[in-house]
Amino acid sequence: MTGPGEHDGPGRPAAAVPVPAPRVAEPPRRTRIVLAEVSRRDDRSGRTRAELAEQTRVGEALVRGLVRAQLALAVRLSLVVLIALGGLPWLFAIAPSVGRVTVLGVNLPWLLLGVASFPFLIGVGWAYVRLAERNEQDFTDLVQRPER
Amino acid sequence: MGNGFVVPAIVAVTLVTVGIGFYGLRLARTTSDFLVASRAISPTWNAAAIGGEYLSAASFLGVAGLILKYGVDVLWYPVGFAAGYLALLLFVAAPLRRSGAFTLPDFCEVRLGSRRLRKLATVFVIFIGWLYLVPQLQGAGLTLATVAGSPYPVGALLVAVVVTANVALGGMRAITFVQAFQYWLKLTALAVPAIFLTLQWQADARPAVAPPDGPAFRTATTVVVEHRATLTLPDGDIREVRPGDRLAFAAGDPVPEVSGTATEAADWLLPDTAGDDDRGLFATYSLILATFLGTMGLPHVLVRFYTNPDGAAARRTTLVVLALVGVFYLLPTIYGVLGRIYTPQLLVTGQTDAVVVLLPGAALGDGLTGRLLAALVAAGAFAAFLSTSSGLLTSVAGVISTDVLGRGSVRGFRLATVIAGGVPAVLALNVSGLDVSQVVGLAFAVAASSFCPLLVLGIWWRGLTDLGAAAGVLVGGGAAIGAVLVTVLGPPLSGWPATLTTQPAAWTVPLAFTVMVAVSLATRRRLPADVGATMLRLHAPEALRL
Repeated sequence: MTGPGEHDGPGRPAAAVPVPAPRVAEPPRRTRIVLAEVSRRDDRSGRTRAELAEQTRVGEALVRGLVRAQLALAVRLSLVVLIALGGLPWLFAIAPSVGRVTVLGVNLPWLLLGVASFPFLIGVGWAYVRLAERNEQDFTDLVQRPER
Repeated sequence: MGNGFVVPAIVAVTLVTVGIGFYGLRLARTTSDFLVASRAISPTWNAAAIGGEYLSAASFLGVAGLILKYGVDVLWYPVGFAAGYLALLLFVAAPLRRSGAFTLPDFCEVRLGSRRLRKLATVFVIFIGWLYLVPQLQGAGLTLATVAGSPYPVGALLVAVVVTANVALGGMRAITFVQAFQYWLKLTALAVPAIFLTLQWQADARPAVAPPDGPAFRTATTVVVEHRATLTLPDGDIREVRPGDRLAFAAGDPVPEVSGTATEAADWLLPDTAGDDDRGLFATYSLILATFLGTMGLPHVLVRFYTNPDGAAARRTTLVVLALVGVFYLLPTIYGVLGRIYTPQLLVTGQTDAVVVLLPGAALGDGLTGRLLAALVAAGAFAAFLSTSSGLLTSVAGVISTDVLGRGSVRGFRLATVIAGGVPAVLALNVSGLDVSQVVGLAFAVAASSFCPLLVLGIWWRGLTDLGAAAGVLVGGGAAIGAVLVTVLGPPLSGWPATLTTQPAAWTVPLAFTVMVAVSLATRRRLPADVGATMLRLHAPEALRL
């Protein structure tokens, strides 16, 4: 549930109690953070990490969740492309009048395929990279969450 | 062709390629430098290199030629070539990088732990690699014959020798620099003349691209026929022409209708419609499937992912590649369309692949600008042959040296390169009748029916077994290879059999997926014991440092 950056944010207290991190960059505190990061990793999130590495039930369920989230994202976006681009030949076939529409003197199919399809593909790819990285960040947060 | 700039331009591209290769040679010291460039390549360089490697003769020459000949329906080629990278990004890029596999056979072993599946994948990598290399070398032969009048074998052999020597001596580190340079060269070589061509078209009072009564010759033209064809002359006469026939046309004469091309304005300008021809729609969807899913299975594309430092970088690199490739594919359409106005004689000779190379001279005349731009385009075409062949050769040689020769040494890699480059060179000299774009499309279909299901199911489905994977690759990939062999070597077909073999992906891809899933479910006992650990490795972010 924690947003990206909050964990590695400066000024996270060494205490185990999850106090909202004050984001003040004071030089003396910064030293303590490094130590806190190291000790937190070894002591508390160590157990989840070990569960992942040793393939316990908990670890396996975590990985399954990540794989499912990533696959669902990829499938959703490919459906968008499939409907938007894959529908075009069918549309042109059943509604020939669409092919005769001209925009700025160019027939619509030429504009859609020859020009518009490329920015569309790049846009979908950009959205995927953002969302996939967010899924991974959520997973990392889940694993590295200090346990109570 | 009296253009004195073309040959120096081609020589310069070749020399720069070799030169960067040797510069890289000084940096390549260990086997790891040779094979994977020690993974020290930045995403921008890597993306430009992937783009440079990917844009082959089919993209640079073939797409424009197809558009000139068939019109709007073949715009699916460039769209599909670009969309292939989106499919790769969505389903393969990051997990494949995290698997640590360098080649497709490596991936088989990492995921399913089967030596026999590895051998099968090796055979497919080599087949697809060679199937893709032959048309590159042929394109080189034809281009040099068109622009410089040299005999066909000269261009093909020139590219084969330069690329083999460069890969054998420089390895992939050098190739990365070469490929990145060649992406920008190819983009420039199409973009700059395209600007001049569009301005010229404006200056000529924007002649109609698809006039209602078909294309016409702008100037008096004598056409020397290169391929057997049936022409329908404007007065309704039907005439058979043979290679070597000379036909003279006066300025303003309409271009005769040529069998097998979309000469009629409406055919060319408008997409296939229902009732017209169901086979057209089937072929379109088949092409979409092959190009969307085939890219991820091309051996030279996958090798590149290993040079990314981690999975997230692999994803970003792929996105940049998608953008670079998308920008490039805006250009061939301009050439194909303006070719209808300035080089309609290519419709009669059948050499539509030459439109990109001939258009600057035809539209801008024999002045200095026209000749310089023609030379630039020819240099870009050579960059396309050199870069794609280099990438293919590197991956085929890598597979041969590790899986066939069984040595990981630099010497083994060099020997493998000579073998990997020699075979397609011999093939290219002996089969000059193949159509560049068609063969490349078939290579995509084979990749989509073999490696695409293997990668997608291997990465996302725990239930895949080694037997299931092997069965799917053999049945789906085998069917696609069968279709390739029938198309290339078999008797000429017509009707549905022709459509099913020239555009096989729409039935071979589902077949491969079905067989792979069904056999895996039937052999569930063979599930690898470490599948959980493998899935963790493929999908867990590196930040966890597990």
